[in-house]
Amino acid sequence: METKEKAEGLRLIVSVSPHIRSEESVSRIMWTVNLALLPATFMSVYFFGLRAVYVLSLSILSAVFFEWAFQRLTNRTVTTSDGSAFLTGLLLGLNLPSGVPFYLPLIGSFVAIVITKHLFGGLGYNIFNPALIGRAFLLLTWPRIMTTWLEPAGFTVDAKTTATPLGILKEEGIGKLIEVFGDKTNLYIHLFTGQRAGSLGETSVIAILLGGLFLLWRGYITWHIPLSFLGSAALMAWIFGGKGALFTGDPLIHLMSGGIMLGAFFMATDYVTSPMVRTAQIIFGIGCGFLTMLIRLKGGYPEGVMFAILIMNCFAPLLDRGFKTKVFGARKGQKR
Amino acid sequence: MGKTATVTYAGDLRTFRGGTHPPEKKELSKDSPIEAPPEPEKVIIPLSQHTGAPCKPAVSPGDKVKKGQVIGTPEGFVSAAVHSSVSGKVLSIETVQLPTGRYSQAVVIENDGQNEWINLKDTPQYMNLSPEELKERIKEAGIVGLGGAAFPTHVKLSPPKEKPIDLVILNGAECEPYLTADYRLMIEKPGEIVEGLKIIMKILGVKRGIIGIEDNKPDAIEKLKEVVKGLEGIEVQALKVKYPQGAEKMLIKATTGREVPPRGLPMDVGVVVQNIGTAFAIYEAVRFGKPLIERVVTVTGEGIKKPKNLMAKIGTPISHLIEYCGGFTDGAGKIVAGGPMMGFALPCIDAPVTKGTSGILVLSDLEVVHTEDFKPCIRCGRCVDACPMGLMPSMLSILSEKGFYEEMRDYNLFDCFECGCCTFVCPSKRPIVHFIRLGKSLVKPS
Repeated sequence: METKEKAEGLRLIVSVSPHIRSEESVSRIMWTVNLALLPATFMSVYFFGLRAVYVLSLSILSAVFFEWAFQRLTNRTVTTSDGSAFLTGLLLGLNLPSGVPFYLPLIGSFVAIVITKHLFGGLGYNIFNPALIGRAFLLLTWPRIMTTWLEPAGFTVDAKTTATPLGILKEEGIGKLIEVFGDKTNLYIHLFTGQRAGSLGETSVIAILLGGLFLLWRGYITWHIPLSFLGSAALMAWIFGGKGALFTGDPLIHLMSGGIMLGAFFMATDYVTSPMVRTAQIIFGIGCGFLTMLIRLKGGYPEGVMFAILIMNCFAPLLDRGFKTKVFGARKGQKR
Repeated sequence: MGKTATVTYAGDLRTFRGGTHPPEKKELSKDSPIEAPPEPEKVIIPLSQHTGAPCKPAVSPGDKVKKGQVIGTPEGFVSAAVHSSVSGKVLSIETVQLPTGRYSQAVVIENDGQNEWINLKDTPQYMNLSPEELKERIKEAGIVGLGGAAFPTHVKLSPPKEKPIDLVILNGAECEPYLTADYRLMIEKPGEIVEGLKIIMKILGVKRGIIGIEDNKPDAIEKLKEVVKGLEGIEVQALKVKYPQGAEKMLIKATTGREVPPRGLPMDVGVVVQNIGTAFAIYEAVRFGKPLIERVVTVTGEGIKKPKNLMAKIGTPISHLIEYCGGFTDGAGKIVAGGPMMGFALPCIDAPVTKGTSGILVLSDLEVVHTEDFKPCIRCGRCVDACPMGLMPSMLSILSEKGFYEEMRDYNLFDCFECGCCTFVCPSKRPIVHFIRLGKSLVKPS
């Protein structure tokens, strides 16, 4: 029989069902998130000029290089094309001040990629967000450099150093902050567009929102973590953020300054280091928001997003275990 | 039981939580009417085609058999008789590999091409028969669930007294991509299917029947709605197109809002579910006395030249059907018995069509997934969202991968029915179902 002969010529593959797979892949996810960071990246170049290009290029290239080098040296499959090292490098760069010397992005990438990601087993096994550990290492090692901010002066060569809105808020209070920006409306506009001092990619709320909404629309992230993160932070800011009396704080200033937007949409939503059960994600987000505001209002640092997310990273597996999904058909409270 | 029933809707359509929507690919074969392939030279009829005890051979090599003659007698209650699908001579009784990969004894019969039937009992007034008589006919005809699991139908129609049944659901979801066997049957034999449903309802003493059909088959919905018009207690429901809409528990949830408890059966919530094809076979058995010796098989996929829906005799070698459909295109890479989500990959094409074979799917090289190239879990949670059973497939796969089989119990290992949604959506291409099966085989059910 002709068919039979042909079948013997065929090499039939036998494997367990299902026999088809969706188009989704790790690299598609990672490159999509990179794409979603494009508006924020563009704005960082717009506000901080060639310094932004310099810092971002260094951190991305070194992150990809360290991954390649580590995998080559340890005889592993090189996975640099999946976009995750690129993403770590980009996020690290976007979280650095514009004036850092060349060795900071390099060392930050090393800590992020080699120590935080690969020494723990590589993609999927790391406990902490690699870019944030990289940044935390730099902040603790070079506190002066990491808190020296330049004005968003675009492509002019001699940008002056200045303070971040959160820095002013912490040291001199809200009155001074409004005074610096002229009036309150002006302050809001500057914060929203990103015309202020800060880490490269954290300043422009509108750009981050654009990318975040894109990810939400494409289904790459869900509302659970960003909303609970921002919501709980806003609530804390409103209740405890005012001078003297409760319920007099300005949540908008807190939501639009510092790294909370970038954190809520792009860092806390990192799949590997956040819970996957929806209920657990909401608790995780609330924890992030709460800790961020605790540090901002009571801590020694003006900003707390990084530490808040890193602390909550520790709880991600535990939260998943504690809020296991309910089996279809199981009654409430039924022990299974 | 069903007191807190809430039906899940997606837009206007009924459905369940979770699931996924793989490309339907039904257009390949949906417009081909059911046709009979040429007679096979010989048939290989396995004695174990159903869930339960295998049959004992009732014939010996050299015997002449007629079409419809019993060649395997059931052993025990959960079993189903096996009949010859051709007339001819028994060549041998040998061990063959079934499409599912298991081995079974099979009766090999040389087809004399005469199609000489046994005496069939025609009963035009079949609705006057008692429920017991009806059930006996079904049992004698060797009918099993034709959706794939092949559970003996007379057993399913004999629920214990303490489980009162108030509803029969006919499963016309056909949620597996590619397959169009049930669809063609609904288009071509809607009257017979509804008669089958009425027989089932009479056997169970039930007043209500629902025919659930996915919304991607509007003409089938239309046809059946026409037939049931004026019939009291029977309705046709359009369901959202979502895999696994045709899984019993999901179908019951979508149509009634009732949730079958974990590891329970549909009868725990007063429901019996039967496949469209089974209802047709029941009608044929009760009305004409025809045993289950043929079924509709969709032969399809990018790897086959002319996809078709065939009324294939049980025992027909799969190679015979593939040949009739024009053979392979050059790119054929994998052959699956059943649908792409839950079907079984065949090691060779000598296996015969059995009662549970709903389709032969030939996937082209391009679609073949190489499961060995998988990556670590990135905890994205897509599988958790997709799991219709509310499990955490990612955790199950990680535990199994690392050898923590006992711990898989804490994640409700045995509630998984291996629909494959998790594995389909996984961006790391992890063979999650494979890991879960491994766990199931190494852990004792609690």
